[in-house]
Amino acid sequence: MSDPALATVFEPSEDGDDPELVQLLTPEGERREHADYSCDLDDEAIRGFYRDLVLTRRIDTEATALQRQGELGIWAACLGQEAAQVGSARAMLPQDFAFPTYREHGVAWCRGVDPLYLLGLFRGVDQGGWDPRETGFGLYTIVIGAQTLHATGYAMGLQRDGVVGSGDETKDAAVIAYFGDGATSQGDVNEAFIWASVFNAPVVFFCQNNQWAISEPIERQTRIPLYQRALGFGFPGVRVDGNDVLACYAVTQAALRRAREGSGPTFVEAYTYRMGAHTTSDDPTRYRLNDELDRWKAKDPIARVKAYLDTSKAADDDFFDGVARESDEIATHVRDGCLSMPDPSVLSIFDHVYAEQTPELAEQKEQYAAYLSSFEGAH
Amino acid sequence: MAQLTLAKALTNGLRAAMEADPKVLIMGEDVGKLGGVFRVTDGLQKDFGEDRVIDTPLAESGILGTAVGLAIRGYRPVCEIQFDGFVYPAYDQIVSQVAKLHFRSQGKLPMPIVIRIPFGGGIGAVEHHSESPEAQFAHTAGLKVVAVSNPVDGYFMIQQAIASDDPVVFFEPKRRYWEKAELDETTAPPPLHSSRVVREGTDVTVLAYGPMVKTALEAALAAAEEGRSLEVIDLRTLSPLDMGPVTESVRKTGRAVVVHEAVVNLGMGAEVAARITESCFYELEAPVMRVGGFDTPYPPSRVEEEYLPNLDRVLDAVDRSLGY
Ligand SMILES: Cc1ncc(C[n+]2csc(CCOP(=O)(O)OP(=O)(O)O)c2C)c(N)n1
Repeated sequence: MSDPALATVFEPSEDGDDPELVQLLTPEGERREHADYSCDLDDEAIRGFYRDLVLTRRIDTEATALQRQGELGIWAACLGQEAAQVGSARAMLPQDFAFPTYREHGVAWCRGVDPLYLLGLFRGVDQGGWDPRETGFGLYTIVIGAQTLHATGYAMGLQRDGVVGSGDETKDAAVIAYFGDGATSQGDVNEAFIWASVFNAPVVFFCQNNQWAISEPIERQTRIPLYQRALGFGFPGVRVDGNDVLACYAVTQAALRRAREGSGPTFVEAYTYRMGAHTTSDDPTRYRLNDELDRWKAKDPIARVKAYLDTSKAADDDFFDGVARESDEIATHVRDGCLSMPDPSVLSIFDHVYAEQTPELAEQKEQYAAYLSSFEGAH
Repeated sequence: MAQLTLAKALTNGLRAAMEADPKVLIMGEDVGKLGGVFRVTDGLQKDFGEDRVIDTPLAESGILGTAVGLAIRGYRPVCEIQFDGFVYPAYDQIVSQVAKLHFRSQGKLPMPIVIRIPFGGGIGAVEHHSESPEAQFAHTAGLKVVAVSNPVDGYFMIQQAIASDDPVVFFEPKRRYWEKAELDETTAPPPLHSSRVVREGTDVTVLAYGPMVKTALEAALAAAEEGRSLEVIDLRTLSPLDMGPVTESVRKTGRAVVVHEAVVNLGMGAEVAARITESCFYELEAPVMRVGGFDTPYPPSRVEEEYLPNLDRVLDAVDRSLGY
């Protein structure tokens, strides 16, 4: 029933000249021009991206290793998607707000969320310990697509607060909603598109099309390239090379600006690839071929920035050594922090169910505490 | 006779149902090539093809909504919900459509749909992967609800559920997927909607279903060492309830403890306790005790062992019952 030739409908052309795909840095590390988008960044900023990408990957691989050693229940790696995450997140202003899935570790990094909070969630210590309001980074959302509506609602709040299109660049704000290709099939996501469209909400729908929803390929979710769907909902859609951090930055920056100015939503399809398993529980050898992986390895998001910095001599050995050192430091921070993370007390689970504690629940807590203490000294 | 895991017994049961009736379809996320995240549908797409084992788009409302249409067209869809916490996008279709169409059409549109839901905790998962929403479905008229506890029931009950002309929400205890038992496929199974005494005893009746049956049996073993005789009943069917064996047992023991992972407040235990009170009022020596989840969201996995009812908490309830 599935049509293998269909896959070609979705893919940008391999020669890199696809007018529909925004690319500003080729896999070989060469800068390119694009008619509609340009990256106004200097080499210092690009070195900053490189650092973000390397550290994100290090946090991610360290977490995967910790899961393998039994320290985390599960981990959803962002391997291969670092450019999409770092590029888009660095286009945000402090007053903007991001609504992530469970895989946005690179965005979390850029929003200043200590990676240990992410590990805490996957270790099973809590369900997201960071402060969403303080960081402008919402809690991870595991129920596929739910956060796109939250993002839209938050954006509607911004409109009502007068911080959209006011002309004050220090105040005007926008929202970015992250989700995967699989999520585009969910009702919630389609409802979010409609709400954002009819209310002209300042939200950027940032879809990382990593080609897979666990074992299901993109053809199982769509029969047209995803970015083209936006038109039907009444707002622009753009496809960007998701492994190109410069293009992801430029496209997201333009979309966020548009939103902040009051011109409404944009759909960004970051065309990328999930290099690892869906999560550490998954075995991708059951459903996909290695040569696909090899093809994407050649488009690695970090290698191309390194190549650019090398050939343009925009960074020297000192810089690369410095990033490598920092990477080791963050790995130690993640590892040590994970190993020394205290387990929560079971009694704490009664404390935040309600804003106003109920007498019933307070009593349950008391009874359970008494029950637990009846074991003390018994063993 | 082969030793089979619950997961494998379910696979074999599904296979048998598909062989027996070409109208049986399987649909869900990742059920095809991957064979489901728990491998319950492993190999079925290879053998029955993509028309009968359907990897659906990622949308639970879509899975159940299209299942309704397929059922109207004469098919018998078996829908897999990947984890308990992801059934809610389909809740509207299940509660407002699947459950009501037979009633509304005055019997002209039966809904022979099975909704398989791996449920319960204990596997160290992140949130939404450990919930026990069975009461929400048992509370809905028009749905039948069962929970399996072991491979033998898994093999037979899935086939019985598929053969039923009513919609059946079929709960599978995910932390017991890898438990093994001997399966004789030639024995005649008890009816789908029947509860069963799985261990005889005289002092207290312990009622459980799904993952908690094993816990109840372990409690009975431990109690026996202290000279207490627990009778354990596997409820198996949650809607309709089969109170016959329960009433008979409680009339004998005079005491009952209901155990489930789901929160106690308005859980299955509340209904069972009420029914026992109605049918065994004069024989009861103690109020019916309930052991279950606290009235909180399912907690982070590092404390789930303390959250979930365990042997000690069952025995504690047994003690309290005997203390009356
Ligand atoms: C409502 C819901 N249904 C099912 C799942 C189980 N699930 C977790 S991730 C996933 C695939 C998601 O694919 P996609 O949206 O492409 O994001 P990716 O994981 O590839 O980043 C599924 C089916 C879920 N988390 N939520």
